[in-house]
Amino acid sequence: MPELTDGCVKPAQGPIVPLAQQTAGAAHTEPQEVHTMVARVGKEAIDFEANAFISGVGFRTVKLSDYKGKWIVLCFYPGDFTFV
Amino acid sequence: MAAVAARYPALKALDVEVLAMSTDSRFVHKMWQEQELSKMVEGGVPFPMLSDAGGRIGAMYGVYDEAAGVDIRGRFIIDPDFIIRAMEVLTPEVGRNPDELIRQIKAYQHVRATGEVTPSGWQPGQPTLKPGPALVGKVWEVWKP
Repeated sequence: MPELTDGCVKPAQGPIVPLAQQTAGAAHTEPQEVHTMVARVGKEAIDFEANAFISGVGFRTVKLSDYKGKWIVLCFYPGDFTFV
Repeated sequence: MAAVAARYPALKALDVEVLAMSTDSRFVHKMWQEQELSKMVEGGVPFPMLSDAGGRIGAMYGVYDEAAGVDIRGRFIIDPDFIIRAMEVLTPEVGRNPDELIRQIKAYQHVRATGEVTPSGWQPGQPTLKPGPALVGKVWEVWKP
């Protein structure tokens, strides 16, 4: 597998807020707008894009909606090299 | 995270995609995988490890701790229609129970396939409930805790 080139800093979109949730004319997601949307059961998942490490693959950008149509388990955890 | 990785074959058998996410960078994810996780679980963590730098994604999922600057332990089951079916959020000092995660996925998959509902603690093969007027007041006949 060819080694992927990857810079020190690679932007990823983070939360992807539907257009209706964005203020008119705002080019980027405003943090305050972001906080008005919170995940709830029974509601559509909030899409996002993030940088990722995938074992055996390398560094990739992953979008939650890439997995639409499948069952997804999304696990947050406090940090690498922690104890539990 | 290693505990979820250890149960990955069971999750894969249920056609589940796992995504792990913390505020660490992808570089640290790589080091953790190579230096530690691969020694805890054979093959290490086989699913993508995502970076939530800045906690903006965690904030939307209600798991970002601003004071600590990290995402606390939260897990979400999302169905093929992209609907969040279940969430569990724990403060950091207690780990998850992957068996309960797997039980919930099996129950949600059964419900989706059959339209039945599953009572408390349901395991595959156990009786389910068929909601409707005929069941009102009669649950006791078909199910007891």
